[in-house]
Amino acid sequence: MFSLKKIKIVLLMLFILTILSACTSNNKDTQGSDGSDATVSISGSTSVGPLAEKLAHKYTEEDNTNIEINQIGSSAGITNATSGVSEIGMSSRDLKEEEKANGLNEVVIAYDGIVVVTHPTNKVKDLTMEQVKQIFTGEVTNWNELGGDDMEIVVVSREDGSGSRDAFQEIVDYSSGELIRNSIIASGNGNIKTTVANNKHAVGFISFEYIDESISTIDINGVEATADNVLQEKYSLSRPFLFVYKEGQLTEAGQRFIDFILSEDGQLIAAETGAIPVK
Amino acid sequence: MSIPTTNKQAVEIGKANKRKYMLEKLSSRIFLICALLSVITLLLIIGFVFYKGAHPFVAGGYSFIDFIFGTDWVPSEDKFGIFPMIVASIFATIGALIIGVPIGLFTAIFLAEIASKRLAKIISPAIQLLAGIPSVLYGVFGLAIIIPFLQNTFGLVKGQSLLAVILVLAIMMLPTIVTVAETAIRAVPQTYREGSYALGVSQIGTIFKVIVPAAKSGIMTAIVLGLGRAIGETMAVILVAGNSLIVPTSLTDSVRPLTTNIALEMGYAFGTHQEMLFATGIVLFSFILILNFVLAKISAKGGN
Repeated sequence: MFSLKKIKIVLLMLFILTILSACTSNNKDTQGSDGSDATVSISGSTSVGPLAEKLAHKYTEEDNTNIEINQIGSSAGITNATSGVSEIGMSSRDLKEEEKANGLNEVVIAYDGIVVVTHPTNKVKDLTMEQVKQIFTGEVTNWNELGGDDMEIVVVSREDGSGSRDAFQEIVDYSSGELIRNSIIASGNGNIKTTVANNKHAVGFISFEYIDESISTIDINGVEATADNVLQEKYSLSRPFLFVYKEGQLTEAGQRFIDFILSEDGQLIAAETGAIPVK
Repeated sequence: MSIPTTNKQAVEIGKANKRKYMLEKLSSRIFLICALLSVITLLLIIGFVFYKGAHPFVAGGYSFIDFIFGTDWVPSEDKFGIFPMIVASIFATIGALIIGVPIGLFTAIFLAEIASKRLAKIISPAIQLLAGIPSVLYGVFGLAIIIPFLQNTFGLVKGQSLLAVILVLAIMMLPTIVTVAETAIRAVPQTYREGSYALGVSQIGTIFKVIVPAAKSGIMTAIVLGLGRAIGETMAVILVAGNSLIVPTSLTDSVRPLTTNIALEMGYAFGTHQEMLFATGIVLFSFILILNFVLAKISAKGGN
C-alpha cells in the first residue's frame, strides 16, 4: 500500500518536473537572440483597436512575434505607454502637451474621418464648424435656423468615454458638460446611424466607414467628407490614429510591426477597414 | 470450512458498507459545495460591487449625498450625479406597473377562472414563451415597432422616451405577473366559489369580491416580482430609452435609468468613472434589496 502511494507521488513529481522544465525551455526560446517569438504589448483606443487587431493578425501570419492588444481607451493606452506597462499605446486623438512632455514619440498609422449625418430628407447639407457646435450645445434647436425645414433638432451623441465622442468634441470644441441635455445617447457607430436613419429630426456623428445610403452626410465649411480631403487637411473633422511609445522603449519587434503598418501592405489593410491610409 | 467463508463474506460486506458510507459522505459534501457555491457567489458579487462602489466615497472624497441628489453626470468633468437616473428608474417602473398589472391580473383571472381548458392550453404556453424571449429582442422590437409608432402617432420629434420604456417593460413583466397570479388564483379553494355562487353572486362578482381578495398575497407577490424584473431590465431599455441625462418631466422625455447607465458606459470607463458605475450598481442593488424585503413581508403575511 505505502509503496504504491510512494510510487504515485514520485510519478506525480516527475510529471510536474517535466512540465516545469518544458516551461523553462519555452522561456529560453522566447528570449532567443534572433528576436523571434518576442511579445509586443499594445493597449489603448477602442477606435484604433480593431484596425490594430487586423494588422496584427496579418503580421503574425508571417512573423513569429506575439502581439497582445488591449482596447482600453486612448487615455489609458497613453498612460500605459508612458509608464511602460505597454510597449505601444494606441490613441485616436492628438497627444496633449503634458503627454508629449513625458517623452512620448508618436507615429500616425492612419487617419479617421468623422462625418456629421442627418436623415436623407433633411435639406441642410452644409454647416460651418461653429454651427455644428451650436447644434450639439443646444444653442440652435430648429433646423430652420440653419436653412432647413421648420422642425426641431434631435441631437444624437455617443456615450461619455467613447473615443469618437472625445475626438468629435475636441475638434468641434465643446465639452461633455456643454452637450445639450436631452440628446439621445447611443452606444456605437451603428446605433447612431440607425437612430438617425429612422428619425427625420436627428443629427449625429459617425466614422467614415459607416457612411451609406441610409443617412445623408454634411459638408463642413463647404468641404465634402472624403478621404482625399482629410489627407489634404481640407476637411477638419478628422483625427489621427496614433501609435505612441516612450523614447528608447521600443523593441526591435515593435519597430518591425510599425514598419509593417506603414508599408504598402499595412496601409492597404488600413484602407480595407475603412480608415484613411497615410500615403 | 464454513466459518472462514462467512468471515470472508463479512469482510466483503464490511468493505462494501465502508465504500457505501464513503460515497454517501462524499455525495453530501458535493451537494453542500454546490449549495454553498451560490451563496459564495452572492457574497462575492456584493463584496465586489460594494468594495468598488464605495471606494470613491471612502477614499476619493466624493459626497454620497451629491452622488444621489446631483443632477449632473459628466464623468469627463468629474461630475457624478445620478438623480435623473433614479427618477427615471422609478418612473419607468411605476409606469410599467400601471399598464402591466391590470393586464397581467386580468389575464391570470381569465386563464384561471373564465377560459375553457382548451383556450387556456393555447394562451398559457404563449405567455410562458414570452418569458423566455431574450430581453435584447424586446429592445429590438421596441426600436423597430414601438418607437416609430410613437413618433408617427403622437407626432413626437423622437420616439426614444419614458413612454417607450414603460411600454416595453410592461410587456416584459407580463409573464411573471400572469404566471404567479394564476397559480395564486387557482390555489383558492373551490368551496369559496361555490359558497359565493350559492349566495347568488355573479361570476365576475365572485372573482372580484371573493377570489381576488383570497389570493391577495399571491397577487402581491406577482406584482413585486414583476417590479423586480422591470427595475433590473437593461438590454431592452438601453435601446428604447434614448439615455438622455435629464430629470424626466413628461412621458415623451428620453430618459436614462440606472441599469442602462452602467451598461452604456462600463465599456469605456476606468478609474473613478468606473467606480461610480459600481456605485450606481449599489443604488440599484438597494432597490432590489428593498423589493425582496417587501416580498418577504408579503409572503410572511400570506403564510399567516
